[in-house]
Formats: sequence, structure tokens, C-alpha cells
Amino acid sequence: MSASVTHRSFDRIRQDLDAGSTTVEEITAGYLAAAEERSSLNAFISLFGHEAMDQARQVDRKRKAGAAGPLAGMVVSIKDAISVAGHRLTCGSRILENFVSPYDATVVARLKAADAVILGKTNLDEFAMGSSTEHSAFGRVKHPQDPDLVPGGSSGGSAVAVAAGLSTASLGSDTGGSIRQPAAFTGIVGLKPTYGRVSRYGLVAFASSFDTIGPFALTVADAARVLQAMAGRDVCDSTSSSTPVPDLLSAIGQPVRGLRVGLPKEYYAEGLQPEVRAAVQRQVDLLRDAGAVIAEVSLPHSAFTIAAYYILATAEASSNLARYDGARYGYRAKDAHDLSEMYLRSRSEGFGAEVKRRIMLGTYVLSAGYYEAYYGKGQRVRRLIKEDFDKAFAQVDCLVTPTTPSTAFKAGEKSGDPLQMYLSDIYTVSANLAGIPGISLPCGTDGAGHPIGVQLLGRQFDEPTILRVAAFLEAAAPSHT
Amino acid sequence: MPWNPAYEPVIGLEVHAQLKTVSKAFCGCSTRFGDNPNSNVCPVCLGMPGVLPVLNRQVVEFTLLMGLATHCSIRPRSSFARKNYFYPDLPKGYQISQFDEPICSKGWVEFEMHDGTRRRVGITRIHMEEDAGKSIHDLDIDSLVDLNRCGVPLIEIVSEPDLRTPAEASRYLQTIRQIVTYLGICDGNMEEGSLRCDANVSVRKVGAEEFGTKTEVKNMNSFRFVERAIEFEINRQIEVLESGGRVVQETMLWDSAQGVALPMRSKEEAHDYRYFPEPDLVPVVVDEPWIAGARSSLPEFPEVRRDRYVASFRLPKYDADILTAEKPLADYFELVVSGLSKQNDETVKLASNWTMTEVLRVVNEKRVALSELPVTPKRLASMINLIVNGTISGKIAKEVFEEMMAANEDPEVVVKRKGLVQISDTVAIELTIDEILAANPAEVEKYRAGKQQVFGFFVGEVMKRMKGKANPKMVNEVLKKKLER
Repeated sequence: MSASVTHRSFDRIRQDLDAGSTTVEEITAGYLAAAEERSSLNAFISLFGHEAMDQARQVDRKRKAGAAGPLAGMVVSIKDAISVAGHRLTCGSRILENFVSPYDATVVARLKAADAVILGKTNLDEFAMGSSTEHSAFGRVKHPQDPDLVPGGSSGGSAVAVAAGLSTASLGSDTGGSIRQPAAFTGIVGLKPTYGRVSRYGLVAFASSFDTIGPFALTVADAARVLQAMAGRDVCDSTSSSTPVPDLLSAIGQPVRGLRVGLPKEYYAEGLQPEVRAAVQRQVDLLRDAGAVIAEVSLPHSAFTIAAYYILATAEASSNLARYDGARYGYRAKDAHDLSEMYLRSRSEGFGAEVKRRIMLGTYVLSAGYYEAYYGKGQRVRRLIKEDFDKAFAQVDCLVTPTTPSTAFKAGEKSGDPLQMYLSDIYTVSANLAGIPGISLPCGTDGAGHPIGVQLLGRQFDEPTILRVAAFLEAAAPSHT
Repeated sequence: MPWNPAYEPVIGLEVHAQLKTVSKAFCGCSTRFGDNPNSNVCPVCLGMPGVLPVLNRQVVEFTLLMGLATHCSIRPRSSFARKNYFYPDLPKGYQISQFDEPICSKGWVEFEMHDGTRRRVGITRIHMEEDAGKSIHDLDIDSLVDLNRCGVPLIEIVSEPDLRTPAEASRYLQTIRQIVTYLGICDGNMEEGSLRCDANVSVRKVGAEEFGTKTEVKNMNSFRFVERAIEFEINRQIEVLESGGRVVQETMLWDSAQGVALPMRSKEEAHDYRYFPEPDLVPVVVDEPWIAGARSSLPEFPEVRRDRYVASFRLPKYDADILTAEKPLADYFELVVSGLSKQNDETVKLASNWTMTEVLRVVNEKRVALSELPVTPKRLASMINLIVNGTISGKIAKEVFEEMMAANEDPEVVVKRKGLVQISDTVAIELTIDEILAANPAEVEKYRAGKQQVFGFFVGEVMKRMKGKANPKMVNEVLKKKLER
């Protein structure tokens, strides 16, 4: 089966299923075949083959009995930083290369309960640290359009799995842009929910107060469906919110007339690729033409976003990654003579360079004598950035920005320069600092035909508004699927 | 005083009390002690990738009780922090604890020293945290780790540096133990490690305002060791100062076998714990109704109970102290009293004597809990009632008590089965006495000549003849009457 057959939205799949022209088993087999066929993309770390087919047949039986869940027919891949019981949970790291997790993440349990088929685990930057999916112990992920390009990261495998038609949707994690940036680079929809909207239980922690789980999909509606199935309070995650989850699909198709749309002026300053600027401007024009009220707003502390993020997120990471010490599970260096040598060598040999860089950075900013100057100040800046958004959202209902300053870059281009790499998250990181929802959707291509993404940011727990605007822009754009 | 009186010690204690919750602090695993190694564990307390902690409400409830019992102010919003360090028995690489926002602070406890002087000691803070697992190194193989204890809730109770002698430190620790056991939040067992204590010790010249450099003494797992270790450290510091040296800030490990505290790590080697707010947990919010509810469930504390025993039971302070030292014993005693058919100073004192002597003796000998004793408070009360109404003598009662223990029977049953009813028949007693006086004329003469000691001889003879069942009071009266005739 060719990728073009598998490259279809859940709406199309459902139509075909309802028409009786296909089965979940056939669909799943198609995705597995496509994944094998395009294995050179290196999108997957593991495929669940037989297990996925068993699950598919079970969903077919449930469909026949009229008892299938809302995601019956959807075939989902999972970023390999999210736990699926009985499967490896590598995080793209040598240190967890052979670790098999004994439990399901809450999101996985909820997707299974909604009758989504789980296809496999996708490749990622090690421990979700990176913006290019070059930093994986399992090799880099390639862009479906051009193997020399990166697909973005850290959820690059998930983005490629959807963009190349290797699964209907995919779960990624977004700590600083790791869903939205690869979605933009690969020309698909990527949704980062409000912090607390989706349980983190089972997501390997990178930076706990930033980490969110969200979907990649070909359409806004599909992303909304996946989010709907997994959102809501979870007793296993104290930071998950009890705020009721509204009907997200009902936001789709609502008019944007009268909606107040803000353009944060700091996001349209220098450093922005002209084609990206023009493409985003066309989206703004579409909204204006449809009766939305466009206003310029200011997020004055934007300049400190990256700095605050890399202090706070690495601090949390340095602690979160302490458990990988070779004592109980995961990689342990051979023939260590004592405890401290076991720790040192297991971690030195088990972690990649970027992870070690961030652990050291995070350890440093929490050290006695430096805490206030770095972590303390970072927290204060985070509060200011939150307040910036509060003020902006007092004036407007959502913000429209580019997702990334540029389109997909070449592999190796930024891997030697961490700062350049970090700057590719400049427009996405603020949503994680503020805990607000964001979505990236395709809005055209650059001169080379590489996708451009537009980002919509909303108020906390106001996913409906950004879904509404995203669905409007999706409908207004020339069809690509 | 066993140290150079030119110096004054300054001592503060950090006490860790393991909370008696059913499940661990942040997961559903059992807290049971003594189970097979690594049997009470799950992905959360094993620190597997991706898991998250969820706070056990009972931990907050118990800590709240301790805070209120020690007159602390309760922070309406407290938060958890991570204390980061590497050790194999710490699966996450950090301990979830509280740092700059502990739930309880600024309290105090009061206690009485043996000479009757009262001391009040400030409580700096009480915070919640999780225990680590146990590393076992002393086997003839690699080190082993048991993670059953990992995640068991602890409270750390930090005192102000208000203690001035090792004896005070020990009394303070006993007071803390008494409070946690009265609250039922900790079993207070120092040997099993459910109550642990570290001491911060410094010395200064008498009259000096400033504190000296302190050291921390660890590994003192009994009240006696607390006193000995602190005393050792006081003397060691004074010797250092007297010989012109300076006390170095370091952590000392008490070695009870050798009776010395040895340096474990210096300030330079001290861990940098890199505390920061625990992002996986939300703040602990304790509202007024919760505090009020906890306050109303506080038990009557030992000192209050003791004073009540002295005032309304008219017991000697000595008795009251012993009876109220442990809550189960005080509860037992009060049940005995409530089972007495006649409550007066005499009968209550009898209840006290029997509880303090026989009951405590068998509890210690047989190492059983009071709640499992065959001699229930009701049975002991019935037995005392039998003494009071003259059915049995106090001496016979000892036999009845032993039989109740052995046969697990009511005292009335024992008395009937063994025919232990006391002989209070005046005629029978008089006849026996007459016989004995007649058989021992020489002793009668001695008594009448003023040698009072032979009175005991006659009592003994009567009791022997009557197999111990004679009412001793009546024997005394009749004997006296007949001898002094």
C-alpha cells in the first residue's frame, strides 16, 4: 500500500469505514507497511506489529458490535518519551536503550480506551532535548521531503510519522516547542495544550513545570479529537487540572467575525525569514477579511524568554535525570570499582552530549551561591512573561505569530552551535513559560517548497478559541490533503 | 557536671519520626516494616521513568496534629521541594521534602527535668518528607538495597538551640516521643529507626552571647546514646578549645561500640542539595476547618493527664508519671478504674499499684502489647473488686493474677476453680490462733515481755496452717487481741 493511501485524515478514514470499503485491520496494516517502506526516515524506534494488528482486529469486532470508541479507526504513534506498558521506553537515549516500561501513561490508557490503535514509538531528540531530532542515540530523523533537512524536534519522529502518512496521528511532547516547531517544519498540525490540561503521568520528565503532551495530526479536527480523548483531570498527576474539558470539536467551523486577534510586535522583529513573515501576514489578512479585529499587542519581556527557559528547564532537567544512575535499571557501565565510578561512567557513557550539557547547566544554576542569580531570577522573569500574556489577553482573544523564525534547516547546520539551535524555539518557548495553549498549522511554503507554520496562542484552558481560528485558516487555505 | 564548667553547651535536635500511615507518602504501597525486601514497591517509589508523586492526605493530617500539639503556627499554603543527592537507596536521585515553606513553624514543647525544674524548648519547624530505602553493606557480598522503606512518610522536627545539657536533650527527645506516640502518628521505636535523632552541638564560654562553631552528631539510636554521644562531643569540643584549637564545622558519626563520635564529612565535603520547588506537586493548602478538626481530635497529653491523676485520683505524682508515660498504659489504667465497683482513694491506689507492678511486669517479661494481655482492664478491675470486698486477700490475688494470665479466665472463675476464697470466718480463725498460741507458749511469753517481732512469726504460722487463705486483716486483729489479753 502506498503512502498516499495512508496519508488521509481521520474524517476520511471514518467515511471509508462507514462505507464498508475498508477495516481498521486493513488501515493498520497499511500504516505498518508504509512505516517499513519509509524506514529510511528513521521516524520509529519500535513498531508494535502483531500487537497493533491484534488491537485493530479487536476494534473491528467492536465496530461490528456497535460498541467502538470515538477513535476507532485512528492509528496513533507515540513519542518514545511516553510509556506504553510492555514496550521499550528509550527516550532516544543509550541509557534507557533496553528499558521496558511496566505501565501505561495515562494518555496511552485513554487513547486505548477510545479504541485508537497504538502503532509504535517514534524517534526523538534524546530526552526531548533538541530542536532537530539529530540528537538521538538511534540516529537522526529525516525530513520526508528532503533527507538532508531536519524535521524539527524534539518530537521529530512523531511529526514525520504523520507528515509521511505513517500514522493517522501521533503523540508528542512540548516543553519549549517540541510539538509546534516540527509540525511547522513538516507541514502538519501540532497542538500544545494548556499546562495541566493533559496528564503527564507516563511522560518521561524533561522539565516538569513545562512539559505537555499533545497531538500531531493532518487536520485541526483530528488534533482536537485526540486531545478530547486524553484531556482532563488524572489522579496520578497532581498538576493536572480539574477544569472541565469542553466539547473541542464544536469550536471547529465557528465564525471568526468579531474575534480580537493580537499580533505581538516583538515576534515580528528582525531575524524572521521574509517568506515566513509574508505567509503569516497572509493568514492575518484572511482573518481580517473574515471580520476578525486585528490589533498589535506587546509582550515586553520576550527578549528574556530563551534565557529564562534554559535556566529553569535545565534546572528541572538536572534533577529529573538524576534517576538514570545505573543502579536499578537502564545502562550500567561495566566493571566499575566503586559507587562513584559506577555513577560517573554510567552517566558519561549513557547520556549524549546535549543532555550532558543541559544537566551541567541545570546543576550549575541550582548550586549554592548561584541559585538566586539564576534560578531565582529565572522564576521572576517567568512571572513577568506570564503577566505579559495576561495583559495581552485582556485586549485580545488569541495571538497570531510565526511558529519558527525560518523553515526547516539542514542537518548539521546548527548542531555545532547550541545557541543557534535554542533560538529556533524563540516563538514557541513563551507558551511553555506561561502555561498557555498553542497550535501550529501549515500556511504555505517557502521558495524551496518547504512548509511554513503559523502559530496561534490562547488563554489558559481556552483551546476552543485557537482551534476555532486554526480551523478557519485551514479551511481558507488551498487544500493540501 | 561532667564537663569543664567554664563552658556552656548549646544543643539543638533534629528528630525524624516515621509516620504510621497505611500507605507511603506519594504512592499506594504499604508501609509495613519487616516484609520481604523490595516487596512493597511500585513504579512510583522505584523512581521509574515518567512516574509522578501524589501526596497522601494522611501525611498532612498527621503532621498537622504534631504541629498543633507543639503549639506551632500552621502555614495555610506550604510547598514541597526537592533535595538532590545521589545514593543507591534514593531511586529518584532526590528526596521530596519541604524547604523554605514548611507546614509548621515556631512552636514549643515543655517538660520537667528530674529535679522538678521545667524547661520550654522552641520548635523551629516541622516539615514533611519521604524516607529513603535501606542500604545493606555488612554482608559478605556486594551492597544490597531494600526499597520497602523508600517513600515512607517522615516528619522532621527541628528544635531551637535551646538545650543546654545532654540530659535535657534526652528529656526533650523523650517528650517528642511521648507526643508522637500519644498522637498515634509514630510508634516511636528508636531501635527499628521509626524515631531518629541528630544533634547540633556547640560550646561557648559561660556568659558568652555568641554561639560557638557547631558540629552535627548522627547515628544515636537510643536515648542513652543521645546523652552519651552529646556528652562526648561537648567534651571533645572543649578539649579542642582548651588546647588552643578551633572547632571545625563537620558531621560526626557516633560509634556506640567504642563510645566515640568520629568525623564523617567536613563542611567542604558537605552535599550541595540544590533545593528547588518540587514541580510535580501542588501547594498543600490547609484551611481553617481542617485545622479546627485536627485540633478537636487532639488527645489529652501526658502532663495534663498526670495532673488530673494527681488532682482527681489523688495518686502520688510518682504513680501518675509512670501511668501516663505511655498512652496505652494510661488508657488501660483508666479502664481498670472505671471497672471498680467502689471508686475511692484506696481502690484507685490499688488499681494503680497493680497496673504499675504486675501489669507492667508481665508486659515487659512476655513482650506483649497491653491490648493482647489476657488480664484485660475489666478482669483486673474485677479482681480488685474481689480484694476490696474481702473475697480474696492481696496475697491470694497474686496467684489469681498469674492464673488469669495462664488460663485466660475471669478472676471469679479462677477463684472458684482453685478454691481460693479467703477465710473470713472469725470462729475458724480464732480456733486456729488458739491452737498455735497453745503450741508455742515460749513465743507467747516473749511477745508479752515486749518482743514485738514474734508477732510476725504467729501470723506466718496461722497463714501456713490455713493455707494462706485466711483474711490477713482479721488474723492481725484476732492475734493482737489474744496476745495482749
